[in-house]
Amino acid sequence: MTLTPVQQELAITALKVGVLLNLLLMIFSGMTYVERRLLAFMQFRLGPNRTGPFGLLQPIADGIKLFFKEEVIPEGANKWIFVAAPGIAIVTAFLSVAVVPWGGTVTIGGRPILLQIADLDVGVLYLFALSSLSVYAIVMAGWAANNKYTLLGGLRSSAQMFSYELALGLSWIGIILLTGSFRFGDIVRAQDGWFIPDWFFFKQPLAFLIYMVAGTAEANRTPFDLPEAETELVAGFHTEYSSMRFALLQMAEYVHMITISAVGANLFFGGWMSPVQFLPDSPLWFVLKLAAFLFFFVWLRGTLPRFRYDQLMDFGWKVLVPLAVLNLLVTATVVVLLQ
Amino acid sequence: MTPDIVQHALLLSLALFTIGAVGVFLRRNIITIFMCVELMLNAVNLSFIAFSRSLGTLDAQVLVFFVLTVAAAEAAVGLAIVISMQRHRDTLDVDTFSLLKW
Amino acid sequence: MTIDAVTFYVAAALALVSAVVVVAQRNPIYSAFALIVTLCSLSAIYGILGASFIAILQVVVYAGAIMVLFLFVLMLLNVRPEERFAGESRRFKLTALALGALLAGQVAAVLLRVARPGVASDFDASSRPVARILFSPQYLYVFEATSVLILAALVGSVALARKDA
Repeated sequence: MTLTPVQQELAITALKVGVLLNLLLMIFSGMTYVERRLLAFMQFRLGPNRTGPFGLLQPIADGIKLFFKEEVIPEGANKWIFVAAPGIAIVTAFLSVAVVPWGGTVTIGGRPILLQIADLDVGVLYLFALSSLSVYAIVMAGWAANNKYTLLGGLRSSAQMFSYELALGLSWIGIILLTGSFRFGDIVRAQDGWFIPDWFFFKQPLAFLIYMVAGTAEANRTPFDLPEAETELVAGFHTEYSSMRFALLQMAEYVHMITISAVGANLFFGGWMSPVQFLPDSPLWFVLKLAAFLFFFVWLRGTLPRFRYDQLMDFGWKVLVPLAVLNLLVTATVVVLLQ
Repeated sequence: MTPDIVQHALLLSLALFTIGAVGVFLRRNIITIFMCVELMLNAVNLSFIAFSRSLGTLDAQVLVFFVLTVAAAEAAVGLAIVISMQRHRDTLDVDTFSLLKW
Repeated sequence: MTIDAVTFYVAAALALVSAVVVVAQRNPIYSAFALIVTLCSLSAIYGILGASFIAILQVVVYAGAIMVLFLFVLMLLNVRPEERFAGESRRFKLTALALGALLAGQVAAVLLRVARPGVASDFDASSRPVARILFSPQYLYVFEATSVLILAALVGSVALARKDA
């Protein structure tokens, strides 16, 4: 049967969405295993190595265990909002992957297919919008459980998230000034040069540092994971969640971390562009850079202690935001002078 | 993009504005009244955007940008006032703040 | 029906229903969540009407920042659902609804008298054209003045909400 062009576009997009969802879920389950193993090796122990060869079936065992646990909704909790919070977390986390490009344009069967679900002309701003919306999941989760510890943990965590969001957004603006466009495709292609220094990592080093720090805080990873650490406020906002809802919250956090890594690889390290001119550009370079970022996140977790909450907020507002504004000022001056 | 959609957007803006206005009349909690005022501001934004699409001018979108900014500033100051009101009288019912009534 | 039209009507229905929930719901926290849904559906409508930059800004500023502020204040002040919904008497409620209908009627009379608005072709409202107008001499002064306004609001809200020690 032949489809109209509109239907063909819809079918291709649906296929891309399906492939990406599966890919993300596989990376998520792989990450849970890799993180536990790497952390264990960093801490001079072995990690999970019993389920299957080298412990490779551990994610499946974890999934089955979580699936069979009892779903508890605390008495006095607000049922609708308690159930909706993990849903919003996972929806915003998955939606933000829609604008991240995984490669350039591939030609399959004579038609060019963009390896990106939606090449919005406000691509980078869309990510900013979705990370603002993801704060709600934490606020709702903390409040709905009718538990003062989770409320405090939720408010602390969401205050941390939107404080570091500001620094995150400001770190992107330098790159947008240098490229002149919000589109992801334009930003990655602006890093296509004859030699490595065309990457924005070399042109905006301060922005990269700010991005890494703010991105770690956004993803609630160590050293900024105070609001959800097990030893603090009884695991913070996801204390009262069990079974699949807890799994959804964890999945949302990992997918958020994957998005931040993917965006960092695209914006600062050239995405799918190869570092040397004689090798072709391909999505494999992007996957390599993504893996490097994910390894770096695990490495941070195994190395650094946690920030105290007031130190965290001080650092975000008093150090990162002024530095990001300074970076923006210098970049804008250079762009104007070079015109 | 048919002209129908633009006209229906204008009617939606009218409906949202009226709903917000009725909310300001009817509700007793200060914060809810504030939220209904924000609803009215958004209705006006929608009619700005609809007319911008219809007339092809982008000045209306710049005005929407300013409305957004001013609404943010107003929300911050207004909620700070609400917090100090709550500390003073320990209630958020508008009827209790009636000292200036004759 | 094109996809544009379907999305518009779905978003418009969602916006209307959640606006009614904002006004009619007793618990202010549910009103706040309903307002967030309204703001997001309005953002979708802005996108359909071609204003992509303003649509994203609406989510970032309104739904992402202002409503978080509202929710924080509501949760920290521990606001309870109100017992008396709308004043003491039934007459008050009916007067309010009648005044609302009067307002709607007046504005509708003006709107429907205006000739059906056409749709401008060749409409580009991405960030670059909007920013070009925003930074043009016509609006530049206003733009800088709003930054001073935001500074005043920042200082003012901290000063107002501070506990006098």
